[in-house]
Amino acid sequence: MSEELGTLAERLLAHARQCGADQSEVWLQEASQLSATVRLGVVEELRQATSRVLSLRVFLGQRVARASASDLSWETLEQLVRRAIARARLASEDLFAGLPEYSPSFPSPETLALYDPEFERLRAEEVIARARETERIGLSLDARVRNSGGASFRAVRSMVWGANSRGFRGHFRQSTASLSVNLLGESSSDGAQVSDYWYSVSRQLARLESCEEVARRAVERVRRQFGARKIPTHEVPVVFEPLTAAELLSDLFGAVCGESIYLKRSFLAESLRQKVASEYVTLVDDGLLPGGLGTRPFDAEGVASQRTVVIERGMLNNFLCGAYAARKLGLAATGNGTGDGEAPTNFYLVPGFSSAEEILASADECLYVTRLLGQGVNLVTGDYSRGAFGLWVEKGEIVHPVHEITISGNLRQMLAGVEQVGNDLDLRSQFGAPTIRIRAMTVAGT
Amino acid sequence: MAIPFVEFALSNSPTAAFARYYGLEPSELDAVLRRALACGGDFADIYVEYREGSSLHLEEDLLKETREVVALGAGVRVVVGEQSGYAYTNELSAANLLQAAEVAAQIAAGPSRIEAVNLQAALVPGRYPVRLPATRTDIAEKADFLFAANQATRNEDARIRDVQVTWSDELRFILLANSAGELVSDTQPLVTFSVSVIAESNGERQAGWKNFGKRVGLEAFSRQQAETLAQEAARQAVTLLAARPAPAGELPVVLAAGASGVLLHEAVGHPLEADFNRKKLSVFSGCLGEKVASELCTVVDDATLASLRGSLNVDGEGTIPRASTVLITCGVLRAYLQDRLSARLMKLAPTGNGRRQDYAHIPIPRMTNTYLAAGTNDPEEIIRSVARGIYCKSFTGGQVEPAGGKFTFSMHEAYLIEDGHLTYPIKGATLIGSGVEILNNIVAVGHDLELDLGAWACSKQGQAVPVSVGTPTVKIARMTVGGQRA
Repeated sequence: MSEELGTLAERLLAHARQCGADQSEVWLQEASQLSATVRLGVVEELRQATSRVLSLRVFLGQRVARASASDLSWETLEQLVRRAIARARLASEDLFAGLPEYSPSFPSPETLALYDPEFERLRAEEVIARARETERIGLSLDARVRNSGGASFRAVRSMVWGANSRGFRGHFRQSTASLSVNLLGESSSDGAQVSDYWYSVSRQLARLESCEEVARRAVERVRRQFGARKIPTHEVPVVFEPLTAAELLSDLFGAVCGESIYLKRSFLAESLRQKVASEYVTLVDDGLLPGGLGTRPFDAEGVASQRTVVIERGMLNNFLCGAYAARKLGLAATGNGTGDGEAPTNFYLVPGFSSAEEILASADECLYVTRLLGQGVNLVTGDYSRGAFGLWVEKGEIVHPVHEITISGNLRQMLAGVEQVGNDLDLRSQFGAPTIRIRAMTVAGT
Repeated sequence: MAIPFVEFALSNSPTAAFARYYGLEPSELDAVLRRALACGGDFADIYVEYREGSSLHLEEDLLKETREVVALGAGVRVVVGEQSGYAYTNELSAANLLQAAEVAAQIAAGPSRIEAVNLQAALVPGRYPVRLPATRTDIAEKADFLFAANQATRNEDARIRDVQVTWSDELRFILLANSAGELVSDTQPLVTFSVSVIAESNGERQAGWKNFGKRVGLEAFSRQQAETLAQEAARQAVTLLAARPAPAGELPVVLAAGASGVLLHEAVGHPLEADFNRKKLSVFSGCLGEKVASELCTVVDDATLASLRGSLNVDGEGTIPRASTVLITCGVLRAYLQDRLSARLMKLAPTGNGRRQDYAHIPIPRMTNTYLAAGTNDPEEIIRSVARGIYCKSFTGGQVEPAGGKFTFSMHEAYLIEDGHLTYPIKGATLIGSGVEILNNIVAVGHDLELDLGAWACSKQGQAVPVSVGTPTVKIARMTVGGQRA
């Protein structure tokens, strides 16, 4: 991967300036991927590719236009620049538009553990072997788990270059590998089919969960659903397993990012420095977490990454802002900018002290939510209603699995109703959470 | 834009343009296919794509930004039995395609079985003719639609606060060549217009939205259409200000004609995709010829309809859909949605449903325009037949897990039915059910089939493709409604 991308970025900035742009910004990314999917021992898909993509923004005073391309020929790019400048004239004058202030210091990519050179030695044979082994183990652990949707191993490495007319220059390398398997089981009692999956993701190959571990977790997740039934419609305490709790975090991110706030499209828009959750809730966005999947030295506008405490023991202390939202709201940019909104880095709920077992045992009865299905979250009102799979638990004992139900409530009440937070934080995506218990939600079933 | 490739492709053909600008002459494509099958394999294909697009976004009364996109790339696939090797590049040249072919060929391990491909150009139908490609049109004209829609929402009701309007368009040139000797090209337009508003009254806020998507040119969209869509978004948001919590539990559900087709898309469409069935990953595996639904149900997938989002002259692997595919006739399962790979392995005919998001992905079985055929019931009668239930009018989307057949779909605008009348709007809630059960619980189908013109995008295995959905008014005897009022 190449210096030539850096040279291309410089050339485009110079061209934009010559064509009359007051400010401009260029991002280039080059990515290589190698992936294999194996199903019932056969390689279903082996994929290898390298691709490049460019995006740019130009400003004429307070007017902006953007463009992106995977056609990196100079003829196309120089025309895109000229046309972007012409289009910027048509945009409305926007007082808050512009590049962020130049911040000369950001963490060195090396300290963030973003790249594992072992990826360069990875060959198709090994990628196939790991997927095949994971599926093989998965199909060997339980006689009822005999079919598979396939196991996949995917490795991607990429190089990101950014430059803008205010002096920002930055680049870093990163790598990500994932191993997953999707398994099907047939219940011996009612013949019903159930499926589930497990996956592991890491920037370091050595840190990926083993084939055995991924297979074992997937089988366990299938097995516990045998004999599932609906439950009566009523209000109950709900415990979210870490991966389903992480889905709540992804909903909440949309409610605390700057764009939703200035547009008042969040139920939290007017709640800054107010208590919005129970004292057990502390939410953090940490772009500096070494090896984190969302970690990076700077955001997509060149603003240095940081750790931001969004909710601290229930108090909403910060919103996550790109440069535009920050100016508009009179707040600081938090290193979450995408150029036209915000994205999370590593957004997680800080763990507490109880184990999942203790949390489940602390209620006389509760619904333990293990999977969520569909949409049904309205961030404007906070209204929440989603399809769910889970386990019915009484005094800490699993009584039977549950399916074909919905859980509903309102995010504001759900946040206030967090009664317990587990010690089992799972940060396997950009959203992470430990087990949590919410006082009460409406379950709709029979 | 005035990119020479695009100008040339429009005035000649995509095939000619890829040859002239990227050296992809039929003889070169032939060489790539031979290289792809150098280690054996049943089938190989090349998919080449050039896409240009633009978008405009209005928010807070400002035209905040405009964007142009140029994307190009090509992928080479080698198929051996149920195995696919795939490689792609976005630096288009015969040399790079040869290299991709070599990488894709790693899936196979045998002697070459091919000497020459002898590509023959096939003609495609013209299901989405365009006079003024939207990507070629002056951006000021499109900006006018945004401002008109913005103004129309505010004229509609003083309680409208935030308004966002987005226009986007694309023009995609594709070229497909395969080892069966087929050489096909197509030019695929797509236009999307969406309006999203927030209404506010007494501290209560509610969202409303309406969008539009078709394979058309600028001549098929007007300022007046923009205003009508905007008024509809505003009406919805204002209506929902009066919404009360939805009930929770099992209730009869009446789906309004049109967008409710998304329920069919999830409950029946995905589980009938051939890959899930071939692999026994669907509740409908092995059910061809069996009764799987109420006899009132006839379900159709039709890529041949003019100018809809899911309409296709050719699918993502060179199959030209010639007719609609009737999936279920009067409750009996008749067909799956096939791509070439699954059709060959299942010994059935391809149906032209092998679609891909773009050059970076292999084709898989997907829906196009999917709908429930009209029945004979009077829509008003259907509502009158419900003592207490839900009437659903618009949706934010759905999801299905094909193995168990459980699916959800989330209502945005819905009403409570009491004693045969719509009494008040209810807050959004998710409905959940199992596909087979719901199909058998369809107890009335209206005569008012409507294909929705909303901008639906369907996602599967990380690939998003444009689709259309449709249905007449339908009554489901009971479904679980995920409201908050237990």
